[in-house]
Amino acid sequence: MVSSGTSQNIVSARELGVVACRRCTKAWPLGTERCGRCGKALESRDPLSLQRVWAYWIMGVICYIPANLYPMLQTKTLFQSDESTIIGGAVELAHHGSFGVAAIILFASVVIPLGKFWAIAFLAISVRERTMVSKGMRQVLYEVVEYIGRWSMIDIFVVAILSALVQLKTLASINPGMASIFFALSVIFTMLSAQAFDSRMIWDVQAGNGARSRDE
Amino acid sequence: MKDFADIEPGLALDDLIVCPQCDAAYRFKKPGNGERAQCQRCHKTLVAPRRNAGLQIIAVAFAVLFLIVGAAYFPFLTIDAAGNTNAVSILDAALAFSGGPMIFLSLATAALIIFIPLVRVLLTLYVLIPIVLDRPAAKYAIPAFRLSEAMRPWSMAEIFAIGCAVALVKVADLANLGFGPAFWMFGILVVLVIAQDSFMCKWSVWYRLEHPKTS
Ligand SMILES: [Zn+2]
Ligand SMILES: [Zn+2]
Repeated sequence: MVSSGTSQNIVSARELGVVACRRCTKAWPLGTERCGRCGKALESRDPLSLQRVWAYWIMGVICYIPANLYPMLQTKTLFQSDESTIIGGAVELAHHGSFGVAAIILFASVVIPLGKFWAIAFLAISVRERTMVSKGMRQVLYEVVEYIGRWSMIDIFVVAILSALVQLKTLASINPGMASIFFALSVIFTMLSAQAFDSRMIWDVQAGNGARSRDE
Repeated sequence: MKDFADIEPGLALDDLIVCPQCDAAYRFKKPGNGERAQCQRCHKTLVAPRRNAGLQIIAVAFAVLFLIVGAAYFPFLTIDAAGNTNAVSILDAALAFSGGPMIFLSLATAALIIFIPLVRVLLTLYVLIPIVLDRPAAKYAIPAFRLSEAMRPWSMAEIFAIGCAVALVKVADLANLGFGPAFWMFGILVVLVIAQDSFMCKWSVWYRLEHPKTS
């Protein structure tokens, strides 16, 4: 691709009177309903995008609350039975001196999910309100959220592996707690929320043209 | 590819390529093999054709197919503590959530780490083999490829593999752990899945599905 270095001259498909298929990148005249190549419904800017983003976002946040209140793991050993929540488990590890592992767990299971909620909310608000953050930065933020979203399932997989593996009759056993199901739902809803966001709106804002067309 | 500072009216739509991420429109000029066309605004890769990509993807897909079936069947970890041993397969791990509503989590986990990756491989083979052999596209190739692309974010085999490493760290000091054949198969699988996604130029596949060879 020839980089002419005139990025301010880039014209959006919408300004050309064209609607593009987001799945296969083919261009169609504005108003075409369905992509003739791959069959995807065409929408120059999806007016319901933000509503779906917020609906999934709220579901994700709601599920994240019980994910932290219920125990994630149930550990039974010879002498004791122990149920720990995500944060409780990390605090316990820190008490035993494993600050590194505790920090990793807190980062992966608390900081990253909360960061995703914040990022999606910020992106959704930023296409409506004026913001100081550049379009390029917001696009990067969106890509990071989309990329990281799937990786939060790792907590669930670790619980699954531990529960299947540590089944040593009376000696020790680990079982999944109720939090795992809410945590998984929260991750899935957050992924759906990020997917529902139409990143093309990032580039419309403040261009005048895009701002007007959203209100039509 | 040029930007659209000077747009002539009546431009043919087939000459356009539009970035799905930021809606920037470009006049399309097919990059050569090994080159990539990137969006100048958001830097998304739009087209990245590779020589023999189809053949490579098919070879990798067969390897992935073999590995998924093997990895699901053989034990992948064994644990040994004070005479108690336990060997688990990946399917066992997926089905670890049992009792009440947890069954849904079991089904979801099994889908994410085994069935969705498996279906994606089968769909990829179904779509790409006729294309690589220069045959007319397979029946329903377009919905098949569409489904495969829709499943992409939900195919989590590689995340599960990293999860294994995390789980190992957590129990390493409690018990002796052994690696079954499936553990290594899964490791290779992860590398192959990532390679396969980077070989695949979606634009080229859509183009070939739209313009099938009729000879
Ligand atoms: Zn399309
Ligand atoms: Zn772009």
